[in-house]
Amino acid sequence: MGTLATRDGDDDWLLAGRRFHSRLLVGTGKYRDLEQTRDAVEASGAEIVTVAIRRTNIGQDRERPNLLDFLSPDRYTILPNTAGCRTAEEAIRVARQARALLDGAPLVKLEVVGDDLSLYPDGLETLRATERLVAEGFWVLVYTTDDPVLAQRLAEAGAHAVMPLAAPIGSGLGILNPHNIRLIVERCRVPVLVDAGVGTASDAAIAMELGCEAVLMNTAIASARDPVLMAQAMRDAVIAGRRAYRAGRMAPKSHASASSPRRDTAA
Amino acid sequence: MRIIVNGEPREVNAALTVAGLIDVLALGPGKRAIECNGRVIPKSEYPEHQLGEGDVVEVIQAVGGG
Repeated sequence: MGTLATRDGDDDWLLAGRRFHSRLLVGTGKYRDLEQTRDAVEASGAEIVTVAIRRTNIGQDRERPNLLDFLSPDRYTILPNTAGCRTAEEAIRVARQARALLDGAPLVKLEVVGDDLSLYPDGLETLRATERLVAEGFWVLVYTTDDPVLAQRLAEAGAHAVMPLAAPIGSGLGILNPHNIRLIVERCRVPVLVDAGVGTASDAAIAMELGCEAVLMNTAIASARDPVLMAQAMRDAVIAGRRAYRAGRMAPKSHASASSPRRDTAA
Repeated sequence: MRIIVNGEPREVNAALTVAGLIDVLALGPGKRAIECNGRVIPKSEYPEHQLGEGDVVEVIQAVGGG
């Protein structure tokens, strides 16, 4: 174990000037209850968790436990999203609400969706919102398609991280276009995170092997038969994929190459 | 006077402040944001910010999401 720890060395990553160890970010939606949310997040080892920003249910507010009572902002970096927004204006409004709610914390996961069926991001509104939020001092982690040109434009607009989808949100289809994810990683000077579409542990490992800085997921854990066990699997997969990326994989060959000596068999 | 809170009309006393509204709604101690007519009200302004007839107020919290 000591040897492994030494080999990992200092592999923390930086996001908006902060240092993080875990390369798995998790969402908090779709769980059975807040206890299960907390247990899965804990099992995932995540340090950054996403939340949605919504109207309070007045009347039930006092009795109902609050998500942030279970996932304390003292322990986790809370990443509020702008899910549900269709325009740059809506997303900016929600980002401001989130910043006030989180006592001025400037992080936001920008998500401007343009199509209800695929939940595909609207690239034009997303770029407009990125420019304006950056100008207002937000640290923008931007959800985008796997279009390398758009990803680069978003990074140039000042996004702190670019987060291309692996596949549509909640689909669990895995990384549909690994080639594009690799192109985005090569071109963007900011951290690239795969966000959305991961279905199982091997998908998360592939994202890391492609050179992504981290992976963000929600449904793959929350909709597993055993979310807490899947959270552990995802934690391990992200670590394994990252180690494989750093280790540098062997070159694939089209012919076999025996691993055992070819001579001196006693038969 | 009449204001709209989270989409529902409510009859409240005139000259109610945001801090007063939080009491009237019996909101718990959890983290929240308050928006009035599309503008976020900083917490420091809760005691002074007076609501007016027809104001549209949103009381916002964090919920589970991805």
